[in-house]
Amino acid sequence: MSERRQYDTEELAQLARQVCEQAQGTEQIEACVSTGRSTTVRAYNGDVESLRSGHSAAIGVRVIEDGRQGFASAGSLDADVVADTLAAARSNVRFGEPDPHQALAEPDDVAPPGLDLSDPAVLGVSDADKIAAAIDLERRCLSADPRISGVRVAAWSDGWSQSALASSTGICVQSEHGSCSVGAQPLATDGDETQIGYAGDAAWRPDELDIDRVVTESTSQATGQLGATKPLSERVTVVLAPPVAAAFFGVVASVLAADSVLKGRSPFADRVGEQIADERLHLVDDPTDPTTLGAANFDGEGLAARRNALISAGVLHGFLHNAYTARRSDTASTGSAVRGTRSIPGVGTHAPVVGTGDIANEMLNASVRDGVLVRGVSGLHSGVNPTSGDFSVGAWGHRISGGQLAEPFREATIASTLQRMLLGICGIGATAEPLAGGMSMPPLIIADVALSGV
Amino acid sequence: MTRTSDTTAAAEITAEPLVDLDVVDATLRAALDAGGEWAELFAEDRESASAVFDEGRVEEMNSGRDRGVGIRVTAGEVTGYAHTSDLSAQGLADAARTAAAVATRQPHGGAVDMRSLGGSAHAEPRVAVLPASIGAERKVALLRAADDAARSTHEAITQVTARYGESRRRILVANTHGVCAADDQVRTLFSVGCVASGDGGLQTGRETVGYTVGWELFDDHDPAELAERAAQRAVTKLAARPAPSGEVPVVIARGGGGVLFHEACGHGLEADLVRKGASVFAGRVGTQVAASGVTLVDDGTMGPEWGALAIDDEGHRTQRNELISDGDLTDYMWDWLCSRDDGRVPSGNGRRQSYTHLPMVRMTNTFVTNGDIDPADIIADTPWGVYVAHLGGGQVNTATGDFVFGMTESYLIEDGVITEPLREGNLIGNGPQVLLDIDALGNDFAMGSPGTCGKDGQGVPVGDGQPTLRVRALTVGGTAA
Repeated sequence: MSERRQYDTEELAQLARQVCEQAQGTEQIEACVSTGRSTTVRAYNGDVESLRSGHSAAIGVRVIEDGRQGFASAGSLDADVVADTLAAARSNVRFGEPDPHQALAEPDDVAPPGLDLSDPAVLGVSDADKIAAAIDLERRCLSADPRISGVRVAAWSDGWSQSALASSTGICVQSEHGSCSVGAQPLATDGDETQIGYAGDAAWRPDELDIDRVVTESTSQATGQLGATKPLSERVTVVLAPPVAAAFFGVVASVLAADSVLKGRSPFADRVGEQIADERLHLVDDPTDPTTLGAANFDGEGLAARRNALISAGVLHGFLHNAYTARRSDTASTGSAVRGTRSIPGVGTHAPVVGTGDIANEMLNASVRDGVLVRGVSGLHSGVNPTSGDFSVGAWGHRISGGQLAEPFREATIASTLQRMLLGICGIGATAEPLAGGMSMPPLIIADVALSGV
Repeated sequence: MTRTSDTTAAAEITAEPLVDLDVVDATLRAALDAGGEWAELFAEDRESASAVFDEGRVEEMNSGRDRGVGIRVTAGEVTGYAHTSDLSAQGLADAARTAAAVATRQPHGGAVDMRSLGGSAHAEPRVAVLPASIGAERKVALLRAADDAARSTHEAITQVTARYGESRRRILVANTHGVCAADDQVRTLFSVGCVASGDGGLQTGRETVGYTVGWELFDDHDPAELAERAAQRAVTKLAARPAPSGEVPVVIARGGGGVLFHEACGHGLEADLVRKGASVFAGRVGTQVAASGVTLVDDGTMGPEWGALAIDDEGHRTQRNELISDGDLTDYMWDWLCSRDDGRVPSGNGRRQSYTHLPMVRMTNTFVTNGDIDPADIIADTPWGVYVAHLGGGQVNTATGDFVFGMTESYLIEDGVITEPLREGNLIGNGPQVLLDIDALGNDFAMGSPGTCGKDGQGVPVGDGQPTLRVRALTVGGTAA
């Protein structure tokens, strides 16, 4: 057990290359190495409740030989651990089974966007300032409304990571980035009733954190739900608030990953070129926009991150690919490999973006006249089946009555299928509203959704 | 559960503690010297391996290793925590000073109480055969058998994914109040997911078996039978009709719905949420919170269930905690910090995902005990409703008690008979209300599938269970009128 040492990204790249240079014969090796440090501060009752900090290091080694794949990972970059990890990956290869399409990514001619995602301002925040930020966040939530009775969590977090990925096919890339975030869970109380809200933000720089939005959104969620009741069951038109629309499109984007399609687990397989959504909908994945925390220079296999259109005017434009799914589909990778250091690259989005529509956000309720505004959902992991498309989630928010926002509701579900919901889009807000992580999303109107309550 | 007689693997266990006890003692003293009032060292060494069989072939063979230490230091109400993968004496001393630095923001003024370490830093795994001692060929053979069985169940099965997973987690916990304890936790899991294709589109079925045991898991559980059940579930759902929308009487099959109690009241009985006023069950000890006859237990000693532990991640022995007795709330679950502030002993519920995380109050194996009704009578006594054979995951808002959970296999009940299968959807209810609305409790208790409970970004293995029961009314989130 050696003492911890510091690496810069060039040293990490060198370490990754050294692992790959051990490839023998037809063997392919990919090494992903990373180091990181993080801090989380929680405040409670006007003082620091806890401060957690630490360093981490990790290596993931993928070996492919004759179409067979093995992977191993470890939480250390000590020389003996690195050697053991390569040996374990090689051992695992022996039990993989051949797939003619299985091979590492090859360098392509696409240039990375050249984003600088490592602002030293993140490193310049002292522990005292982090503590002060968490305490101030709690204080501001408590003073936002007399009904705010406490704050379960008021937290500051930051992290800084360096990583490198190399492969025996000639890929070698490095990246470094830092980010910070805040989050609050205020409690609102009225008599015997208590409601909880949540909002957070994350950014590349501390001064980009929108604390005002976090305080306003989290406390208004909690107070806005006081007095909420269970609604009647009926089919309604729903307005999805931007955070809910973002969650919905997160699910949609997952079924447009080529691995789901190739394995017969996507309801949109064989639908390229067809109208799968209302013509108002445009969906792209754009990791080249440096303002979002989804921004990246490279994907999880070291290829350049790039902008990919998924749905254009409601027509399915194509699927997202990593090197494996691209080879199997006789196409090129879309730079959409996603992974952690310690996992095999999968396929997914970096930063999905929905194009804005033509209804002024403040006119959405009026355009619906009678329906519901869904401000939050729960059970996305349990109530959405991305293979069948069945969609049923817990929902809370407000009634829309006569074009006006009316009483709050809770303990309800909204249900449909992904397929029907995409075709049922009947309005998109003209303005994308900011979400955590620099993301933005317009509100969305969907017709004929089952609201279940009493 | 029967055990095999092969104890060779267990004999290979090293007796070395994760961190030399002299180093542990020196690290804890360094934390106190730096201004801490109380300090704890948590060391962890985790090994895992998994294999994925997809599209008729072994797609992935993975293995992983993680080792590190977290140092927790408190002074008054302030907690400092530092984690490191550098297990050298110097690395641990640095982490101790880092953790103590924040704790000293609040001078505690109390006498430092450094007691000699008691207990044992050694533990042996409570398994017959360590999974790591079994060759990969045998694991692959099980995966292949599951794939074959699923595909031969029905021609509508178009995709099968079988997964095997094993983990071994050795921990050592020591603190300045003399606690010194170790555990060696081995878990083995097997799951099968199937896709069936029909005129109405695609449907899925999944079955998972997992216990805090070693390779002997397969003495009692045949992966091929598991695969057949998963395949049959997917095929059955091809004919499913949309689930109802609105309040419906719901009968939940034994073992299939323990997650209801995990979400409906389990989280709300965690003392950290209670003390911050974020639980609808705060201040209700001694009052009736559930229908008569409902007894809820959290039991970390319940080997070999998925949430079983010898000690929690604060070094305290797990125990059987009765939380609701015959409808009355008797107690919450406690970690060290909450129990310290409340002047009581921990209940063995302090858990953490890994050495990089602070511990907090978590469930282990949570279940409702038997009632006295024949489950067949419960169904026969339900004129119309929904029968839930299997639930998926759930989520709860502890402040209100509102919770959701997914129905992964359900049927309509008509005139006291289970009839047509229903498409997937969420159920939603309010914990305090649902507990009071239980109007029938069967006598056929069973534990359910292994689960991972998420809270504040940390996941830990948990078990749950219950007998067949009926809730007078739950909102079913379907699309049918």
